[in-house]
Amino acid sequence: MNNPQLDSDGRLRHLLSIEGLPKKILNQILDTAESFAGVAEREVKKVPLLRGKTVCNLFFENSTRTRTTFEIAAKRLSADVISLNVNTSSQSKGETILDTVDNLIAMHADMFVVRHAQSGAAHFIAKHVPEHIHVINAGDGRHSHPTQGLLDVFTIRKYKPDLHNLRVAIVGDVLHSRVARSEIHALTTLGVPEVRVIAPKTLLPAEVEKMGVHVYHDIKVGLKDVDVIMMLRLQNERMNGAMLPSAQEYFKTYGLTQEKLKLAKPDAIVLHPGPMNRGVEIDSSVADGKQSVILPQVTYGIAIRMAVMAMLSGGQGGN
Amino acid sequence: MKIHIKNGHVIDPKNKLDSKLDVFIEAGKILSIGSMPEGFFASHTIDASNQIVCPGLVDLSARLREPGEEYKATLVSELQAAVAGGVTSLACPPDTDPVLDEPGLVEMLRYRAKQLNLAHVYPLGALTRQLEGKSLSEMGELKDSGCVGFSQANIAIIDTQVLWRAMEYAATFGFTLFLHAEEPFLARGGVAHDGEVATRLGLKGIPSAAEALALASILRIASETKAKVHISRLSTAEGVEMIRAAKAQGLNISCDVSANQLHLTEHDIAYFDANCHLKPPVRTQRDKAALSAGLKDGTIDAICSDHTPVDDDAKLAPFAEAEIGATGLELLLTLTLKWATSEKVPLSNAIAHLTQHSANILGIPAGDLSVNSDADICVFDANEYWKITSNALKSQGKNTPFNGLELAGKVKTTLVHGQVVYQHN
Repeated sequence: MNNPQLDSDGRLRHLLSIEGLPKKILNQILDTAESFAGVAEREVKKVPLLRGKTVCNLFFENSTRTRTTFEIAAKRLSADVISLNVNTSSQSKGETILDTVDNLIAMHADMFVVRHAQSGAAHFIAKHVPEHIHVINAGDGRHSHPTQGLLDVFTIRKYKPDLHNLRVAIVGDVLHSRVARSEIHALTTLGVPEVRVIAPKTLLPAEVEKMGVHVYHDIKVGLKDVDVIMMLRLQNERMNGAMLPSAQEYFKTYGLTQEKLKLAKPDAIVLHPGPMNRGVEIDSSVADGKQSVILPQVTYGIAIRMAVMAMLSGGQGGN
Repeated sequence: MKIHIKNGHVIDPKNKLDSKLDVFIEAGKILSIGSMPEGFFASHTIDASNQIVCPGLVDLSARLREPGEEYKATLVSELQAAVAGGVTSLACPPDTDPVLDEPGLVEMLRYRAKQLNLAHVYPLGALTRQLEGKSLSEMGELKDSGCVGFSQANIAIIDTQVLWRAMEYAATFGFTLFLHAEEPFLARGGVAHDGEVATRLGLKGIPSAAEALALASILRIASETKAKVHISRLSTAEGVEMIRAAKAQGLNISCDVSANQLHLTEHDIAYFDANCHLKPPVRTQRDKAALSAGLKDGTIDAICSDHTPVDDDAKLAPFAEAEIGATGLELLLTLTLKWATSEKVPLSNAIAHLTQHSANILGIPAGDLSVNSDADICVFDANEYWKITSNALKSQGKNTPFNGLELAGKVKTTLVHGQVVYQHN
């Protein structure tokens, strides 16, 4: 079957998921991001790679952080940016996704950054756009959030450059998490030898071990000797119900506290995709502690998104 | 009209015919098979050299979308599709709009279908009013208006007391219940088999246990009430095992599998192919193998098309939002032949799953070539390959996971009541 993300020459055409991307392309994105990381330090924080291009942020689901970082990334590449929150406008009037997309194509958008509550939405849009238009998935349902996965491994690589010698734990609601799925694919593709997922059975999808991870239910066992801890956000609506009895009990069993952090290697780093629920999945003292790399993640997120946009439109690095 | 079908290879599982024989038809009935009756002068001769002549196919589940959903399909389009696929009798589930729970609606549907003079339509009446699973429909009245059985379509009866009463009442009069086994709470929100692929794609899963749980209730109540139950579209290995055990215990039960399930697995969803959004979901290789084995050993009685035409727009959405269903009437025969070839099943056994067995389940006079029976006949070339092309299908529903596939088994001529209703050029 054709990989919808690559063109016939094996170059990146869309970024829809980490799954299906060869290691070479992942490294190329990370290396390109490295070259863009310096742009923010300059007096003029801009490069002209996307001058004259129009990037359209098409958000069918609310987001502040992701949308903002995509906007900043596009603007630093000198693109024109339109941001649409579709769930509050046309979708409520009965317009279909394709109607919305077709209208924006008619306005000569060159690139779509798409977020949607349904898994597969970005693939669906990518299948229907003309050849010259590129689609970046900014999160589709539970499926994928590739730029988040990439910025997470970029962050890990910054602090722990030898990926082939790492033990990584992903903790929390893997079942509903597109971030977890992207992280797992990114880590396993880049050769991280041991990826663990730690969660109660209610928050793990069926046959998750087939994604190449080791499953732990006891966080005290799962965190032992890990180099990297990647926390996942727990959505409010899942804190009390059939998945979990209460946020308090979740914090007690799976929340990352200083005490549990001590089980990991002393130089372990802590990541979180944000926004955080302090006192639910993570204790403030850990989130703000010296092992936390949560804010650098946000900064690197801009470089990663610049790299992806530049590569999709055929550009190289930021030097 | 006197018709002579000559030089064809006749396969009629019920009458154990499997050889080169001529068929003679007069006044819509089969007059004789083998030797020409004295004084027979054919007004029309069909040369079936190198072709198979078998009973017209009997499909246990084909949605026609009338009344109420004519934007998806119409009686005309779907009955033309049926005869193009060699299907001469079909049962349609009651989930139309309005629901088939009123004798008047059933009469109207049958009348309109009859006027078209294509395939015979045998409606399955709603088992409960509005398919709500609360109160029984007027089964007796519906039977009198032409229903051959009662079904809940894809909607489960949640209240086991209602299910029990429905079976008791149906059993009183010997009516057959057609039930799809899926426990609705476990399946809630699910769109794909709960396994490796759903996990990878982030799709909400329907566990195999949803089928097993529903089956357990249905089989237990059927055993108490002695109701005659047909399980529609089995999908799991565990389900096959449960039916096998129930039959061994002597329960009055039958079941079918959709042609889709004989060929597709969760991996066919690939990158969110909405054509594979089906009910029940396509499951694993292991389930597929168990379904195939179940057909071979007689645990599963029949293969249905699960024909569910959907308008193009309804599939133009992300996987979970894309409407469930695929077109199937024109693919039933070729998909069954593909299964039979790959599983080394004799052609006559495969055809029995599409004719004799399904007709028995519906209790209708069809599915065989007995002398004096209605001349409903399918003539096909088992070796001719054709490419499945959505837009060339007669069905108004163009969506199929098999689009582009080249398969053997082309229907050449279909007769209903001794009249040629389809002729392939």
